[in-house]
Amino acid sequence: MKSYQFKPYNVGRWLIWSLFAIVLIFAPLIFTSNLSGTMLAQMGIAIIACLSYNILLGQGGMLSFGHAVYTGLGSFVAIHALNSITAGTSQIPVSLLPLVGGFAGIGFAILLGYVTTKKSGTPFAMITLGVAELVFAMSLMFSEFFGGEAGISGNRVAGPTVWGISYGPQIQIYYLIAIYTFFCVALMYAFTQTPLGRILNAVRDNPERVEFIGYNTQRVRYFAFIIAGFFAGISGGLGALNFEIVTSEVVGAGRSGGYLLFTFVGGATFFFGPIIGGILMVLAFVLLSELTKAWLLYLGLLFLFMVMYAPGGIASLIMMNLRVAAFGKLKQIWVSYLGMFVTAFVALIGAGAMIEMVYHLQLNSALGNNLKFMGIVLNAKGVDSWFGSAFVMLTGLGLFEAIRRHFLIEWGDIQIEIEKEIKRREAA
Amino acid sequence: MEFFIISMLNGLSYGLLLFMLSSGLTLIFSMMGVLNFAHASFYMIGAYFGYTLTSLIGFWPALFVAPVLVGGCGVIFERLSLRKVHKFGHVPELLVTFGLSYIVYELVQLIWGRTAVEFNPPELLKGSAFTLINNATTGLQLIWGAAPAAMCSAADATIRIVCSPFPATRAFMMFVALLMLLSLWLLLTKTRIGLVIQAALTHPETVEALGHNVPRVFMLVFGAGTGLAGLAGVIGGSTFVTEPAMAATVGSVIFVVVVVGGMGSLSGAFLASVLIGVIQTFAIAFDYSFVSVSKDLGFQLSSDLQNNSFLKLTVSQVAPILPYLFLVLILIFRPKGLLGTREG
Amino acid sequence: MSYALELKDLRKNFGKTEIIRGVNLAVNAGERIAIIGPNGAGKSTLFNLISGRFGPSSGEIFLNGQRIENKAPYEINRMGLSRSFQITNIFPKLSVFENLRCAVLWSLGYKYTFLKFLSGLKDANDLAEKYMTMIRLDKKRDLLAMNLTYAEQRALEIGITIAGGSNVILLDEPTAGMSRSETSRFINLIKEVTMGKTLLTVEHDMGVVFGLADKIAVVVYGEVIAFDTPEAVRSNAKVQEAYLGTQSAEEHAGGH
Repeated sequence: MKSYQFKPYNVGRWLIWSLFAIVLIFAPLIFTSNLSGTMLAQMGIAIIACLSYNILLGQGGMLSFGHAVYTGLGSFVAIHALNSITAGTSQIPVSLLPLVGGFAGIGFAILLGYVTTKKSGTPFAMITLGVAELVFAMSLMFSEFFGGEAGISGNRVAGPTVWGISYGPQIQIYYLIAIYTFFCVALMYAFTQTPLGRILNAVRDNPERVEFIGYNTQRVRYFAFIIAGFFAGISGGLGALNFEIVTSEVVGAGRSGGYLLFTFVGGATFFFGPIIGGILMVLAFVLLSELTKAWLLYLGLLFLFMVMYAPGGIASLIMMNLRVAAFGKLKQIWVSYLGMFVTAFVALIGAGAMIEMVYHLQLNSALGNNLKFMGIVLNAKGVDSWFGSAFVMLTGLGLFEAIRRHFLIEWGDIQIEIEKEIKRREAA
Repeated sequence: MEFFIISMLNGLSYGLLLFMLSSGLTLIFSMMGVLNFAHASFYMIGAYFGYTLTSLIGFWPALFVAPVLVGGCGVIFERLSLRKVHKFGHVPELLVTFGLSYIVYELVQLIWGRTAVEFNPPELLKGSAFTLINNATTGLQLIWGAAPAAMCSAADATIRIVCSPFPATRAFMMFVALLMLLSLWLLLTKTRIGLVIQAALTHPETVEALGHNVPRVFMLVFGAGTGLAGLAGVIGGSTFVTEPAMAATVGSVIFVVVVVGGMGSLSGAFLASVLIGVIQTFAIAFDYSFVSVSKDLGFQLSSDLQNNSFLKLTVSQVAPILPYLFLVLILIFRPKGLLGTREG
Repeated sequence: MSYALELKDLRKNFGKTEIIRGVNLAVNAGERIAIIGPNGAGKSTLFNLISGRFGPSSGEIFLNGQRIENKAPYEINRMGLSRSFQITNIFPKLSVFENLRCAVLWSLGYKYTFLKFLSGLKDANDLAEKYMTMIRLDKKRDLLAMNLTYAEQRALEIGITIAGGSNVILLDEPTAGMSRSETSRFINLIKEVTMGKTLLTVEHDMGVVFGLADKIAVVVYGEVIAFDTPEAVRSNAKVQEAYLGTQSAEEHAGGH
């Protein structure tokens, strides 16, 4: 097991949080296109969702395959509340609707969480899967609440406008999301510094020992589950306001899988990992899916490789390299990094070409055999196109593997040097 | 009456199919502690391999070759990927199989397309295994094969004759499942390798210290488990439908089966599979809802109650969630599962 | 006056095998008891029964006069009993300080609160510092527990066990795997931190046993065949017979 020991940097807490707030405030002013606007809004929602998921995964060691149940149900409750505001039967200000979603999340977490947290580890994961399937199947049965195929729509311009804010324009809803994102991130971070948060970590590390220091492990997990449900519900409520429509796919397995995948890829072992994960999730869903039809395949492969080679996610990769940089050793390996990056890119191009050709044959064969790939014309039925792509991919892979082995040796040496340096500093 | 028998048999055959899948899953879990999230994906690969191989070499050879190929895929995956994350613990193992399920889903769509493919059973299995004829005058009769039209309709319209055929594919499914069950039992209890497997189930390090190549045994068990899933896939794919969504539909049910039966218990998996298979098959056939039953019984419900979406639900509409309801109930009242011994 | 710990006709079967076959033991408050016996005699099982890891097949366990058999481990812990483990059982990804702080949280009444910050809990932090100094790990305050040396981890293990303030401490082979010098240092540490508390420890090292214990309980095949002062046990004929003779025991007292 690698040991990640890093010294907290001497930047004031205020600096980091202020920077975070500044980024949230100024992002839409820098990225002004409509697409950016929607993406930034979605990123805020995704960040809250992934962070709430990580309360379970990274902090509590609980692998859940059904987190979308809580974000989704939060969305549904929020959109029904929105419609009741429009109908005049409710006086809740629209700005507080995400909190309604949050309380719905708490309610459902209390209800379903009791059964779910009875077990831990693999059985827990299976139970979350079963509960998620249960809720999804129910969503197709009860059309009053779930809206059937069409889902439930709403209009976020509802109720009295406060200070001229009607939530009609995208920019207004963005700032609402930004405020909620800031406070939710701050609260979830604060949670990690509380007794319950720390005992939750202890439960993750050694559930048996926790019992022997006086804590009921199941209770700890249950409470953490409820807190995660709260923030999940807020994320769902924001989603309902942002999209103004909620369909049953928000409680579906695809969405739950997405939370798992991106939180893990972002990095479950560091607090800011899921923030990266949430951002990546939106980028993948909105941009990557436009770029290539095989995006889910690439995502799956990325996930697989991360589990095998970098189980701490992108966050851990960043922290490891920051540590190397702090000891001044980064310049020794940046050449290897460059080499790996280039060869991986080459291999990816080769593989991508082949995948695109297969898709072309399947879906667009009526348009003829030729397709454009990165500026080159490929013949989907031509042997030379296939041979060329395969050759490119295999060369890329081979070179990558060679450089990777060299890199591993270098990395190992650097780690040893760093350990020596640490011991030297301790003794001094 | 014949409805009951046919439905029972249908339920049993579906349950046995579930068992074919969940037995492999349980074996892998018991041996290696890995819950193979991609198990249903191997089922799907088996169906697609069966489909392609059938068009190349015919159904019957494909029935034997496809599971071997699928088992081979399983072995390769174990060797290249699963083994690497073994040292990280059980959660990363589960994650790796989760990632594999994503990838298989996409690859299958890439290679065979997004719509269902026509994987038809061979000529031999196309008809009925037998037909139950319920003739109002002569009573219940069993005819092998399909019943001739003459026997199914009477000249006299007042005599009620109902012909219920039982598909040969279903019968074949039961046959293969029972055969598989038998060979598995024989293998585990009567052979030397079975003894090693049983020992490695609980004490892998001891078995390794005794000189057995436990990693290789793991690899073989994983291959065997996935091969079984592939066999189920060939049969299931030809009987039902072969499409990219087939992994998802059956995948979550077999996890329910494994948890309900008791994690790590083969007999529990058998009991749970049959139970869930039979209950779900019967449930789909029943069109009764609370409202309709009360009407039949003569109760007058208010119009509010009659329109209540809960009470309007027919049993057949509720059928898809029954396994999951079962799961929740078992967890509340008997968390160990029906026949489970391990806490998992 | 009730005993600190009392076992009445305790039995435990695993399947058909009876591991604990009727154990009777009464420990006064403040006593230091060493539990010795050949391998497989059931010593760890006894500890597991007392601390609630699993329940007995029959028999009763009393802690300060109250029945504790079949209670959950956390319930027993809250009633004043703490144990350590033979295989080090700490929180690997938390620092030394965090490990100890977690151990004191419940006893200080913080329970499941998420409305207070750890950094503001003066009593918890002070107590954790105190124990850290006591087990001599204050220099390694922020080191992750998994990066400690073996002996340091064992010390942390003891620290977590006593930090909750329990009055009855069970130590399962605390010096397992330590060198001679580490062991003697450790024994002094144990004596210091368990002053005034009731201590039960499973031990194989006879030097430790004779130096530490007020009384020795000899467990063989799931039964207590002797429970007396060290000298009396040494000359007990049954013990000599069961333990390959006291001569070998004395010889081995220097060489474990």
